[in-house]
Amino acid sequence: MRFFEYEAREIVKRAGIPVTDYGFTTDAAEAKTIAARIGGPTVIKSQVLTGGRMKAGGVKFADTPEEAEAHAADILELEINGHEPRGVLVDPKADVKQEYYMGVVWDGAAKRPLMLFSDMGGIDIEQVAEEHPDHVGRGHFSTLDPFSDFMAKQVIADAGVTGKALQRCTPILARLAQLFLDNDMLLAEINPIAELHDGTFVALDAHMEMENEGMGRQKALIKALGIGAEEGTRETYVPSAFEEAVSAVDAADHRGVIQGKDNGFDGTIGLIIGAGGGSLTLTDAVRQQGGKPANYSEIGGNPSVAKACGLAKAVLAKDGVEKIAVMMSIVSNTRVDIVARGVIKACLELGKDPAETIAIFRIPGAWEEEGFKILDKYGIEYCDRSVSLWEAAGRAVAKIQGEAA
Amino acid sequence: MRKDAIFIGVEVKDEYTSDPALGAKLNEVCPVNIYRGTETGVDIDEAAIDECVLCGLCYDAAPEGAVAVLKLYEDGAALR
Repeated sequence: MRFFEYEAREIVKRAGIPVTDYGFTTDAAEAKTIAARIGGPTVIKSQVLTGGRMKAGGVKFADTPEEAEAHAADILELEINGHEPRGVLVDPKADVKQEYYMGVVWDGAAKRPLMLFSDMGGIDIEQVAEEHPDHVGRGHFSTLDPFSDFMAKQVIADAGVTGKALQRCTPILARLAQLFLDNDMLLAEINPIAELHDGTFVALDAHMEMENEGMGRQKALIKALGIGAEEGTRETYVPSAFEEAVSAVDAADHRGVIQGKDNGFDGTIGLIIGAGGGSLTLTDAVRQQGGKPANYSEIGGNPSVAKACGLAKAVLAKDGVEKIAVMMSIVSNTRVDIVARGVIKACLELGKDPAETIAIFRIPGAWEEEGFKILDKYGIEYCDRSVSLWEAAGRAVAKIQGEAA
Repeated sequence: MRKDAIFIGVEVKDEYTSDPALGAKLNEVCPVNIYRGTETGVDIDEAAIDECVLCGLCYDAAPEGAVAVLKLYEDGAALR
């Protein structure tokens, strides 16, 4: 779930991290009132769930409350990357001595949160990491063991920060890490965290993303931020035609479950895969043996013939996919014979020869004897549990890529 | 009456096809709705035949020899 900046700032504030005396409004006249309360130069920032605000004219500086009102009126009318602003944030223009970056992000590969810190704040951390890697400190921490401020201190020190800045930033990064854990975040970022000329530190911007599965546990926070259930996860992901087709097939029948993803996949190996982590394992196995999947999928929960058929048809309809690999780890509730019928039916209805189209069928488990009879009838290469997922994936890659070469 | 799909065939002996009570019973027990009970007897939904899960409940619900489920991928072998 994504948060607007004004919500992210509130989350940061609740965690005990110093923030500026900002105000959020959807009304230009109120922006003037907030600017007057702040009493000095202000920054008016569009509240949109997209990047590129500054370039698009969504961030403007004002010296007077009247100017703040005029800027707010303009920004409230400004669409950025197709996003209407939720409102504007009126922020005091800070007397910045130096900007820093701090963030905590979920590292999927390490399966642990990763702290990041840099003394080069205000710009993308990816750019800093690439151009000035010695200015970025990193450190994983556990989601189970207690968090220690010392871990935050090490990360900051690794970025070359010493003295008062190190002492002041340590509890802030520690609180950010704790906030990340307490609120089921995938991303908790403050960029920049600014050192002001009076020596204090304050968060000038924040980005937060909560794990969707954590939303149930975080109802109190979501409610406190004034976010209604109708807003959902606020994700702007646009499903592909393939993904929509698979969803429609899944929704049409309550039996079993199928999912299909192809965002980021541009290969030619169609995958009908699943069962107890089998999808991830098999996708990795295909890739690691040089294969290029055309999609990711999950099939399980004892789908109907129609559902298995629908998934196979959707995969075979993708550009460049001539063959599919039908592979699962050992199944118990999903029936081998039903899946076999489904994928064969898909081939036949598309006018394809199942023996040529199904590169390999490796689903051992419930009703496999019946399934193997069906596969025999259509001359399809299949294997039982004596063939590992790795080997089955390798055979599929060799068959599909070998013929393409 | 016999109807075949790709993998499965279903047969209801002619002498039972006009039995509405049997049609209702088969409709009730079949988990994938292959049989439809009509006012005049039994009908078979051709589109559902390949969803047959080979449970045999139709055999149990019908008089002996009244229905047959045929595995077309096994040279038409009957389920029972």
